[in-house]
Amino acid sequence: MQQFLESTNHSTRYKHLNCVTLFLTRFKLLHSELDKMAQFGLENDIHSILKLDMPITNAPVARWQRKTSSSNNSGLSCLTPGKSSNVSLSSSKTPSKTPGKGKKTPSKVGADRFIPTRNSNQMDVASFLLTKENEPVDPNNTTSENQKAWSVSLNGFNIEDAKILHLGGKPLNAPEGYRNNLKVLYSQVATPASVKKTRYISSTPERILDAPDLRNDFYLNLLDWSSRNVLAVALHNNVYLWDATQGDITLLMKMDREEDYICSLSWTKEGSYLAVGTSDSTIQLWDVDNQKRLRSMGGHTARVGSLSWNDHILSSGSRSGNIHHHDVRVANHHITTINGHSQEVCGLKWSPDGRYLASGGNDNLVCVWPRVQDGSASNGSQAVHCWSEHQGAVKALAWCPWQPNILASGGGTSDRHIRIWNVNSGSCITSLDTQSQISSLVFAPNYKELVSAHGYAHNNVVIWKYPTLTRVAELNGHEDRVLNLTLSPDCSTVATVAGDETIRLWKSFEVDPVKKAKERMVKSTGGTFHHSIR
Amino acid sequence: MTSTLKGITLKGSTELVAEFFSFGINSILYQRGIYPPEMFTRVTHYDMSLLLTTDSKLKNYLTNVVSQLKEWLFECTVQKLVLVITCLETNEVLERWQFDIECDKSAKESSAPREKSIKTIQDEIRSVIRQITATVTFLPLLETPCAFDLLVYTDKDLVVPEKWEESGPQIISQSEEVRLRSFTTSIHKVNSMVAYKRADSV
Repeated sequence: MQQFLESTNHSTRYKHLNCVTLFLTRFKLLHSELDKMAQFGLENDIHSILKLDMPITNAPVARWQRKTSSSNNSGLSCLTPGKSSNVSLSSSKTPSKTPGKGKKTPSKVGADRFIPTRNSNQMDVASFLLTKENEPVDPNNTTSENQKAWSVSLNGFNIEDAKILHLGGKPLNAPEGYRNNLKVLYSQVATPASVKKTRYISSTPERILDAPDLRNDFYLNLLDWSSRNVLAVALHNNVYLWDATQGDITLLMKMDREEDYICSLSWTKEGSYLAVGTSDSTIQLWDVDNQKRLRSMGGHTARVGSLSWNDHILSSGSRSGNIHHHDVRVANHHITTINGHSQEVCGLKWSPDGRYLASGGNDNLVCVWPRVQDGSASNGSQAVHCWSEHQGAVKALAWCPWQPNILASGGGTSDRHIRIWNVNSGSCITSLDTQSQISSLVFAPNYKELVSAHGYAHNNVVIWKYPTLTRVAELNGHEDRVLNLTLSPDCSTVATVAGDETIRLWKSFEVDPVKKAKERMVKSTGGTFHHSIR
Repeated sequence: MTSTLKGITLKGSTELVAEFFSFGINSILYQRGIYPPEMFTRVTHYDMSLLLTTDSKLKNYLTNVVSQLKEWLFECTVQKLVLVITCLETNEVLERWQFDIECDKSAKESSAPREKSIKTIQDEIRSVIRQITATVTFLPLLETPCAFDLLVYTDKDLVVPEKWEESGPQIISQSEEVRLRSFTTSIHKVNSMVAYKRADSV
């Protein structure tokens, strides 16, 4: 037995000195154990090791560990501390306090015990492991002691001394959607007029109307909203009226030939007459109340894609590039022809004060024309301004209702810029790249904003603060390019028509009643945005 | 007020402490934004403006707890009241308001009133509630929707009343603790403390 142990010792002699001492301590332990155990377990073990017909696997590996930890040897191990107290550095009373440590460490130390460098602390560990780790944990003593210690340190109270109770059922939750934020803490005191309210702009349309057979043609103007709150829309060769107050739909007219189609619509200021430009180069005047055509005016050589009223003067822009002024009161309606554009005139707007006519064409020009004087035909054909800054077709034109000398224009796919012009000075005040084709512009006076309708690439409507042109909101929803945009007579809603054959109404500019009354006054003095004379 | 000047009995002390808890819990719920401010109304008590909930369900819940607590206060069997604020989604305990209650059990035997005026007690209570209000300046913002629960630590031999259940202590794993003022009615002594999740441990 001794020989066997010593041979094991020989094999490890080349190891570090610490390692040797570690083993020596173990031998001391084993010696002391051997004294006690004498003829029992160890001898049996050695026998079983030496017998070749016995399974060898459980013999040499961690022999002493398994042996000492086995239950039949526990009594012996218990006695060892006293015997090996000259080696042991730790007191025999400690183990119960650190049972977790004792259970974890041995395998670790066993695994790295051939690593040559060890710090001196390891000696304590080694002696502890040899003397104490295998001491049986007294279940009664430690659990109660531990539990007490744990519960005091964890719970802050002794479980034996108190009960924790709470009223059954779930504690009440705050209402759905409620979010606690700093505001809740600090906005309590009513501070009137401290923060300027930012209004809520709904991201969804208030209404969606179907517009089947709508011509998806950028150059046409197929939507207009009258001062009597009637929305007119041209669907191929039909003109439909939608009464926004009642919700009634009426079919105003239908062109006789299927291949013809409506190209433009424009209400008079009063909203009782509708001008309709068609693909067969004529302009029809309709009395909406009686649903009766009043007259049909020819003169153009190509389709009439844009119309604008200035009291009794109706101006029309054609694909030929010509703009005609018509006096609708007289039989010989044609007053003037303006030959300023070389390509289709797709944008045409009289200023709210009736002094200027703005026109935009597929030739990328924006022109401003003076008012037509009755009887002086030559006067009106000389442009006040002609700007060529846009790099794309100019369809979007809007006059500022509260600053009559301000004109906004927007370019097509190759341009994508909104430009603000001062008509008095002839200068471009600001320009902004919108990254998207601009099909329509309108000023919304309620909050002094500019609204733009976009085609490629975003197909949306954007609300801009004027004059800073900072983005206020984006109205997304159309699935194709937005073709036209028009403001309701109360300026609270904007209607858009798009290539996805829908008309969407966005109630984005509602005002409180006080401001509304003020706004109405401005309107009565300044005239409507659409068509007015002064 | 002449009667109160004579001193305070166990019954009166119970009333005062229960009232403190009612206002205290309401203040915490309001100040910590557990419920929206619209659910609270201003009342004047302890010579200060306090907020009480107007929500009938919440009110009912709090009344139930406080009235039960009152019983225990009277029996001197309650040790602590803890208001636990947990995150609704993760159920993690974010804040723990602990009120340790020390009961003078000798008051149960001798009914002789103690020498302490109601005004002094209320002054003490007021400063505790002021401190609760002031804690919002240093407590971390509760960014997620939260729920609360009330735990009552009672004596071990107490019979658990109907609808009440035993619960865990709901300790915050890594917490910072701030002791608040205490007050005493000379029968019940209430020590206040708030523990909250340490910001760097989040």
